[in-house]
Amino acid sequence: MKQIRFEQQYRPGWESLEQQLTQLEAVRVSRRKALPLDHFVGDYRQLCHQLALARERSYSLELQQYLNNLVLRAHRQLYRYNPPLAERIGQFFAHGFPQAVRRQWQWHLISALSFVLSIALAWWLVQQQPDMVYTVLDESSLADIEMMYQPEGSDVNVHEGRTGEDDVVMFGFYIKNNIGIAFRTFAGGLLLGVGAIVVMLFNGSFFGAIAAHLINVGGDQPFFTFVIAHGAPELTAIVLAGGAGLRLGWAIIAPGAYTRLDALRLAARDALPTMYGVFTLLLLAAFIEAFWSPREFEPMVKYAVGAACWGLLYLYLIFGGRDGSRKR
Amino acid sequence: MRIDDRLEIETPEGALLTLSLAGPVTRAMAYGIDLLLRLLIFAIVALLLSLAGKAGTGLMLITLFLLEWFYPTLFEALRHGQTPGKKWMGIAVVHSNGSPLSFNGSLIRNLLRTADAFPLFYLLGFVSTLISPRFQRLGDMAANTLVIHVENPATSSKNEQGYNEAPDWSLNRDDQLALLAFQERHEQFSEARQQELAQLAYPELSPPLALKKLQAVTRFLMEGAR
Repeated sequence: MKQIRFEQQYRPGWESLEQQLTQLEAVRVSRRKALPLDHFVGDYRQLCHQLALARERSYSLELQQYLNNLVLRAHRQLYRYNPPLAERIGQFFAHGFPQAVRRQWQWHLISALSFVLSIALAWWLVQQQPDMVYTVLDESSLADIEMMYQPEGSDVNVHEGRTGEDDVVMFGFYIKNNIGIAFRTFAGGLLLGVGAIVVMLFNGSFFGAIAAHLINVGGDQPFFTFVIAHGAPELTAIVLAGGAGLRLGWAIIAPGAYTRLDALRLAARDALPTMYGVFTLLLLAAFIEAFWSPREFEPMVKYAVGAACWGLLYLYLIFGGRDGSRKR
Repeated sequence: MRIDDRLEIETPEGALLTLSLAGPVTRAMAYGIDLLLRLLIFAIVALLLSLAGKAGTGLMLITLFLLEWFYPTLFEALRHGQTPGKKWMGIAVVHSNGSPLSFNGSLIRNLLRTADAFPLFYLLGFVSTLISPRFQRLGDMAANTLVIHVENPATSSKNEQGYNEAPDWSLNRDDQLALLAFQERHEQFSEARQQELAQLAYPELSPPLALKKLQAVTRFLMEGAR
């Protein structure tokens, strides 16, 4: 069959398919059911057949290109990813997230250890030798921190006169800063895990040095009552982001039975649920840090609430989603 | 192996799809356009929020966060793999089997952007696109995605009338393709260049005659003996 006759015979079919595609591309996934699409799949199969014929018979490249583009568009519509969103989100927090965290517990453990050990080391050093704190922080930022956590009974209290507007400012700051750090930690893991480990060590020694320094100058109570509640989701989330990043880095260092590319793909897919969780935890942390932590209460109340945060979070991560059904 | 930027994918129906991959320069330009657009959005939002006083500062920081991390993800996931910059440049992100980008795929490739931007100006990502046979940056490799050209040139099956003539040698497939490509693209060349090309087929004829003859033969290929 010559190209001209081929085109004459099948062009009406292509044009009708094109119309259906234009309709499909215009509407959202949820509204597609309303469209008259009875012939779509059949038309698409025929189109694939005709493209193969056009290639086999060496019809003009222009025609082949046209058919190829049409197949591409139809293929995209037919194999489109179509999630029922609310149900999946519910499933994710009931099962997916804690299961994903436990599935990669080794990495989170390494990440947590590097964090905790660097806290302990910095803490110990600053306690032994108070001047060591200046190796981590410069004088002016240290003065700022001391201002924030004045010991009980002093005249100045920075949290007094703090308005709802300040809370919103801090909320925005925590979102931008902390979630950005977590995402960067994860991506840093791709650089053979080095980026993730560096962030954990750096943040750990920072936190340890500040804590020890504030104990030295007597500001420990305001500091710990401030950080204990939001520390649970915040520190946990950073550790989890580090663990997920390490998992990526290890996939490149030691891909095992896979090619490095495949190992990386699998690792990324495996780590993604953890990152959704990290994001949620940090949102939660930002809320607590901006709207609860600066409020003045009896230290006992603050410690109790903080302990409840830590307890609930780890109960959830360790026992959540263990109902025998191994959904992934 | 063909040394060009095309990639062939077989669909479950057995048809071969040809995707044409987008190179680093096109992608960098798309990124630049997106960057400008983001700055513009931020400037407008900042202007509006500065009226809202202190709480506005908080919202501004959140806007900055969303623009940095979720601008590409949301556009790619909701707008057929295209941010405005990519749309402008006529490129789109797809999964490596040619199917449209899912939210997860988009999120992986955009979360890992930081690693590609390491240490400065997307150096690692640039090197990675050059090394990768499919022009993938690190984030693309992890998410298993490709960036392709999506412009859709409408077919113009214009048939110049004229006499046609069967070729005087037996055509193989490559000859056919070469002739058809000539027929479709000859308007992009100057007359002299066309004649020069035609002389490759008919070195014994004068340039204008060679071109005429070649056009007749390609016409024969397009239309056949009707």
